[in-house]
Amino acid sequence: MTSAGPDVRRIADIPEDGVWRRLSPRMLLIHPVREVVRFLPALLAVVFAGNTGGQHWWGLIVTAVAVGAGVARWLTTRYRFTDRQVQLRAGLIRRTTVSAPADRVRSVDVTASILHRALGLAEVKIGTAAGEKEMRLNGLTTREAAALRTDLLHRSQGTSAPVALDKNAPEVSGGELRSEHDRRAERPGPGDEELYRLDPSWVRYAPFGPSGLVAALAIFGLASQVVQDTGLDPTRSGALRDVSDAVLRAGTVIAVVVGVLVLLVVVVLLSLLAYALAFFGFRLTRSRGGETLQVTRGLLTTRAVSLETRRLRGVEVKEPIPLRWVGGARLRAVTTGLKGDDRGMSAMLAPPSPVAVVESTAGSVLGSPGSLRTPLRQHGVAARRRRWARAFGSSALVAAALLALAWWMSSWWLAVLAVLALVLAWPLAASRAAALGHQVTGRFVVGRSGALRRSTFVLERGGVVAVTTRQSLFQRRAGVCSVDLATAAGTGSYRIIDVSADRADELVDEVSGGLSRQFTAQHAH
Amino acid sequence: MVPRVDQLREPRHLVAPRAKAMWATEYGVAGVVVLAVVVVLVWTGTITGAWRFAACAVGGLLVVAGACVVPFWRYAVHRWEITDTAVYTQRGWLVRERRIAPVSRVQTVDTERGPLAQLFGLTTVTITTASAKGELRIEGLTRNDAEQVVRDLTTTTAANPGDAT
Repeated sequence: MTSAGPDVRRIADIPEDGVWRRLSPRMLLIHPVREVVRFLPALLAVVFAGNTGGQHWWGLIVTAVAVGAGVARWLTTRYRFTDRQVQLRAGLIRRTTVSAPADRVRSVDVTASILHRALGLAEVKIGTAAGEKEMRLNGLTTREAAALRTDLLHRSQGTSAPVALDKNAPEVSGGELRSEHDRRAERPGPGDEELYRLDPSWVRYAPFGPSGLVAALAIFGLASQVVQDTGLDPTRSGALRDVSDAVLRAGTVIAVVVGVLVLLVVVVLLSLLAYALAFFGFRLTRSRGGETLQVTRGLLTTRAVSLETRRLRGVEVKEPIPLRWVGGARLRAVTTGLKGDDRGMSAMLAPPSPVAVVESTAGSVLGSPGSLRTPLRQHGVAARRRRWARAFGSSALVAAALLALAWWMSSWWLAVLAVLALVLAWPLAASRAAALGHQVTGRFVVGRSGALRRSTFVLERGGVVAVTTRQSLFQRRAGVCSVDLATAAGTGSYRIIDVSADRADELVDEVSGGLSRQFTAQHAH
Repeated sequence: MVPRVDQLREPRHLVAPRAKAMWATEYGVAGVVVLAVVVVLVWTGTITGAWRFAACAVGGLLVVAGACVVPFWRYAVHRWEITDTAVYTQRGWLVRERRIAPVSRVQTVDTERGPLAQLFGLTTVTITTASAKGELRIEGLTRNDAEQVVRDLTTTTAANPGDAT
């Protein structure tokens, strides 16, 4: 077993015998630890602070119930593999059985939190066709998880060979041996093509992404919860009070400046931490045969996401403000088989990185280098004018409301805000107008729009299942039209904003492959 | 600049003329409900002064628009056409939407008759594609037309496997 070959399936232990199995009993350790950690503040309050208020006992009771529920869940959850599908049966009172036909699996996601990793476990999420529920097998051994992933993805290609069931293989007993073996099974095999590898220095983009602020809010929330539950009163702490007194003595302006600076430093530190936790070792590879894309990442919680390239319909490059200011971008896959809130992270092909790297990664993912460098077609004067009119129109409304409020409350700073709203409309409109562009190439439709959340999509023409032209009354007056490309992948619809009406008809013709020609005015009946 | 392709025309078929009556009933009733609420509010003295006239005017306008304007507008816009290779619909009244889907991308064809539609003998046909945001709806077809559409599409799609999921 120590000489694990490149073909993971050969050594995989996926018994396709149709026997119902329980998840690893080691999961029984994870559930209670999780619950205890979640209610740690309440527990600390009871044990140390001697605070025996009623609500903390409630915390303990809830913890006990949660632990009990975890055990019950383990006891009632069973899964099995047959040659055709994976089935999961769960539930104490309402028993449900979820089946994932092996040939319809579109994505497999292996996650291992730090607890899972300590116990050699992983959670496997199996995504099937759109509209069906995703299946979660929480608590397979790392080895089973890796093997299952490889097996399912190979099977759905239709290139399935039966998994060699080596009954004579010795049971792995040593922890050392197992972890060495597991690591090998998780690691992409030789011959896999590396499309992206995170450079540690790109952590510099972290503060410009949204994750920092989110992390900061989460930590603040948690901290205030701890403070509340343990009954600590920060105002009673001498050191803290000295600091706040000193700041307040220095005056309001200084206090605000210091507050903002402290907040900024905290947000930056947290965003760096969040980036490192989520994206450490981020690596995007394509399997030897080109059937799957694999993303492995994570510092404490490791994740391995596999996506079928067959299901890939394109990519999206996201350049939100302020990430764009520092020349950074993110890359997402436009693919079917991912859904819900989970799609957000699973579809990520590159975390915030230099835009040139993201563009070349996009090119190699699509198998068409330079597809993001395609010079885009401009949308014309009418489209640009509409960007200006809309930006100034909406900010004029805001400004008017602010001015009315300023007059009513007779406060000068509201009037300043109103002016600011009008001034900011200028760069916003200019940026929006500059972003607009689209192009149809041999294989793809490329579209770009947005200022604060600029996004460029590259969508495979073959993946478009319906084309829509939308024209509001205002758009009709301006002689422009928006074109929506509906696809089964990603968000379901990608929009090209405000092209001229003639160009819209041309686009429909190009994207539909001439199908729309039978609906044109000159077409013979 | 001369466009490279000819302009799209409207889809060939209007929906059943009875649809106007159905929409007039639907929106008219909604308008009447709003008007009734307004009248009750005025009656009980919740709305007073000049607001009374404004509220009544808005309510009355809704009834007139719902019963007399919107149905005709919608009827003029709402069109459809199905050929051997593609489905083409046009809908909306403030925002006009034209949608074309290849028949080879059609996944399901559903028919639906609400209570009001049944009263008028009309049917809504929903043609879904693999995209959640790419369905084509034709409201207000006569039962015969709807059945014809379903028959045509199911025979063509049966001959065209693959839906680009």
